[in-house]
Amino acid sequence: MSALLRVSHLSKHFHGLTAVAGVSFSVRAGTVHGLIGPNGAGKTTLFNLISGLVPLDGGEIVFDGRDIARRPVHARAGLGIARTFQNIRMFEDMSVLETVAAGAHPGLSAPLWHCLLGLPRYRAEERAVAAAALDLLTFVGLAERARERAGDLAYGEQRRLEIARGLAARPRLLLLDEPAAGMNPHETADLARLLRRVRACGVTLLLVEHDMGFVMEICERLTVLNFGRRIADGTPAEVRADPAVIEAYLGTRAAARLSRPRQPRP
Amino acid sequence: MPLWLEDFLWTYQTLIHSLGINGLLALSMYVVLAVGQLSLGQAAFMGLGAYTGALLSLHTGLPFALVLAASALVPALAALLIGLPTLRLTGVYLAIATIGLGEVLRVVYVNAGITGGALGLGGIPDRTEGWIILALLAAALAGCVLIGRSRFGRAMEAMRSDQTAAAVIGINLPAYHLGALLVSAALAGLAGALSAHSSTFIGPNEYAFETAVTILSFAILGGTGSPLGPVAGALVLTALPELLRPLHDFRGVFNGLIIVLVVLFLPRGLVPWRMPRLGKTP
Repeated sequence: MSALLRVSHLSKHFHGLTAVAGVSFSVRAGTVHGLIGPNGAGKTTLFNLISGLVPLDGGEIVFDGRDIARRPVHARAGLGIARTFQNIRMFEDMSVLETVAAGAHPGLSAPLWHCLLGLPRYRAEERAVAAAALDLLTFVGLAERARERAGDLAYGEQRRLEIARGLAARPRLLLLDEPAAGMNPHETADLARLLRRVRACGVTLLLVEHDMGFVMEICERLTVLNFGRRIADGTPAEVRADPAVIEAYLGTRAAARLSRPRQPRP
Repeated sequence: MPLWLEDFLWTYQTLIHSLGINGLLALSMYVVLAVGQLSLGQAAFMGLGAYTGALLSLHTGLPFALVLAASALVPALAALLIGLPTLRLTGVYLAIATIGLGEVLRVVYVNAGITGGALGLGGIPDRTEGWIILALLAAALAGCVLIGRSRFGRAMEAMRSDQTAAAVIGINLPAYHLGALLVSAALAGLAGALSAHSSTFIGPNEYAFETAVTILSFAILGGTGSPLGPVAGALVLTALPELLRPLHDFRGVFNGLIIVLVVLFLPRGLVPWRMPRLGKTP
């Protein structure tokens, strides 16, 4: 399978701090790819570099064969990259349906004067947007809340609304920054089911997550970061057995103890 | 027309003109606030429109419609000039940059010969009518509502609500910022030209900081959830001094008191409702 996203030698410094140091990895089309690592490993910075929210210092970001490293944020959305945020970013006063309709922005083309005159093409487009938004809300299980204020939804519902808003532009890659954060096991299981259905629709997923049970269950490939560097890359089973990963998570001594063959107790 | 109405319209002609002109200024403020920006250059754009209109009427034989069009175009060009380098500015920084524009223009009006210097321009032909002003206000208001309900309005509200999330869903923030500033400058310029032809006299100090703050207060008092808010704010703030006339010397005190009370107890303004779009919120 071909790589939908290829990141090469990406680096980013904040004044003296090196947040991302020469990270390279590829995300294959149609997979669920996890980006893990201890706090401060540079995962969110990497997401911000890919979506264009912070300018990079060096390296390449190739999406679907095109170098997007220097394209503005909104243009990347237009090419098919959507994302959610670690701290949910809602359009608080909008209705739930409008929020998803706003997410469909890159695909809409009715010119301004059509809107001013209420011409048929504009009205047809608005009807199609509303119908598609309602379909997406059904897909994420929020259809009956369509007319409520987005800011009034419960936490877990806002997370799902953010995913629906991201999907509204029909992206090819969806970046999810800690989608399961703050969720109970039941909600996390629901989220895993939802994300599998998203992938089944042909959307590639790249996610940052701390809930290892969730990550191991849903991801087909993992990239592990520590102190801004890539320390491992592979299937969940490979990564779990990697000494460098165990060391990063548990510390050198614990890693050494785990790697020693078990001695029979006297 | 019944005699009492004719009488009323004649007596309150100036007030009716002011209501319409201030309504247009309030809308020009709304357009900028609607994309989450703060401009204090509305008075400067108004002044540019007023001087452009006055000079064209005094020195050329252009029909009034063309004079008005030019008075909207010139401030829009100025907005393009100030907008391009300041696109990356937001919040108070844009406000400060636009205050600067007002001050620069005031100095130009005072010192340039053609603008009549500190004495201003007098004898501007009285070419406007109440119905022209009110029709333009109605058209601008309808335009704001129609655009506001469309995908452009959704994008604008998204930007105002969360710039980062708006950019990530594919909204071209700089383009919307610049577009809003151009439309806003054109509306303010139109209002300026109408006021110049209504009062027949303009001076360089009419378009200074104080006017900019007054225009901002229309929007704050009225609320910025929909374009109706700022227009309502302008109507109240324009009519209030007239309604309070029986209070004589205490007029200013009560005028100020009412503004303070509204801001304190109606933080979302006189018209707190937001514009209904897809899927109305209850």
